[in-house]
Amino acid sequence: MISVKQLSIQVGSFSLNEICFEVPAGEYAVLMGKTGSGKTTLLESVCGLKPVKAGSITLMGVDVTNKKPAERGIGYVPQDGALFTTMTVRDHLAFALRLRKWTAKLIEERIAELAELLGIAYLLKRLPHGLSGGERQRVALGRALSYRPGILCMDEPLSALDEDSREEMCALLKTVQAHTGVTVLHVTHSKTEAIQLADRVLFLSDNKVSAKKPEEFRGGT
Amino acid sequence: MSAGEQAEPTASKKPAKDFRIGSDVPFYLCFGILGSVYVFLIVAMLIAEATYTTPGHILNVLNSPEIRYSIRLSLLSCGVTTILSLWVAVPIGYIMSRFNFRGKYILDAILDIPIVLPPLVIGLCLLILFQVDLYHGMTLEELINRGTLYVLGREYGVTYEIPAVILSQFMVASAFAVRTMRITFDQINPRYEQVALTLGCRRSQAFWQVVFPQSFRGLVAAGTLAWARSLGEFGPILIFAGATRFKTEVLPTTVFLELTVGNIEGAVAASLIMVIAAVIVLIIARYSGLSRSAF
Repeated sequence: MISVKQLSIQVGSFSLNEICFEVPAGEYAVLMGKTGSGKTTLLESVCGLKPVKAGSITLMGVDVTNKKPAERGIGYVPQDGALFTTMTVRDHLAFALRLRKWTAKLIEERIAELAELLGIAYLLKRLPHGLSGGERQRVALGRALSYRPGILCMDEPLSALDEDSREEMCALLKTVQAHTGVTVLHVTHSKTEAIQLADRVLFLSDNKVSAKKPEEFRGGT
Repeated sequence: MSAGEQAEPTASKKPAKDFRIGSDVPFYLCFGILGSVYVFLIVAMLIAEATYTTPGHILNVLNSPEIRYSIRLSLLSCGVTTILSLWVAVPIGYIMSRFNFRGKYILDAILDIPIVLPPLVIGLCLLILFQVDLYHGMTLEELINRGTLYVLGREYGVTYEIPAVILSQFMVASAFAVRTMRITFDQINPRYEQVALTLGCRRSQAFWQVVFPQSFRGLVAAGTLAWARSLGEFGPILIFAGATRFKTEVLPTTVFLELTVGNIEGAVAASLIMVIAAVIVLIIARYSGLSRSAF
């Protein structure tokens, strides 16, 4: 689970103060809010990429507020995928596993498993250059999930996709979450994504996060 | 609609047919002429140099032992300088590109000093640095003399020796390499490192495994630029390393020495080697995608 308590963040002149929210284990939470409300900043703080001024972040029962990003057990998918330009798709999937010194056999098995789950087996030898938006996001998702993190943080992962790819990715995200049981925090400004994917919708506005059920949200916020 | 009604009386006062624009030709002509004067000078200068002597004569000059020594020393010192420049350019470029800290503005200005300082002044500063009294009459030069004697069993100096050639080149070439590497890292989105950090990397792993491979073209560009700068370096070398034949003579020194004794062919032959090197550098720099702003 993700538990954020009294979190204050200061980035330049922008600040978030005393933010509280929770995502129970295995739930799919969609974090929404207007542009500039601080959704991405909040997500990056959970990932350990932005320093925290006060408060605490607990992931899977462990207080990670002062831990390095590497120690938090989070899979992170940024908006544009940020695929490593010099590595093949196979290298992306193996990257976190090699850091963890998995054996070659286990790495191969994991790559095959992820490639099948995400439908990217035909891309394994390719470099990121020339991949379509949907393919890039699937590779980024595979890289994030490769070492079986308990938490998946995604920052507008579908915003750069066309309508068809977005539908496909939505379906894929649902399947992946059902298959892995990972706890998801997904930042978006799209109501459609929230309705399609969320178990709970977190709405960030005026320095407060309010939790809503997707049905409630559908009613018109 | 209302806007249209308001506009109508104005339009009727000044019919569209009265509005004429002049020709664009004078604009293109002025810019073309002004620009082509400079381009013409560059090309004319190179053609004049290339056609001044015959290839046979150049080959003769290239066979003289002095010039052979100067070519060898130039290639060796530029190679060493390039490697040393990259060693400092990569960390400084990365730090300046990625981190904000107190005094960054001042550091940035310091890094540009070798670029704006007159070359002769750099040479003089180096000369003085090695002769300044550090401790009880001991200068940096003497410290190095004694250090090398103790460690290597033989006394090596810097001033007026080959290390002075390399250090003179290094001071200027590194400034350009640093600038190029900084631009290179600026162009690499920090998001890559952030993803690598979440995947389990330490800072060093994120750098060496993710950022550094992506900076390869920038590295080639920085190395090429550093090499080219050091090949053409003359001012600091003249002051700090001297212009001694078979000792500290590099190609620009050869041009200078040949001119002072009135051997223009020799000077032209040595400078043609540098022209060819410059052309090769230009090709490599363009191929490696070095942005124009780095030059």
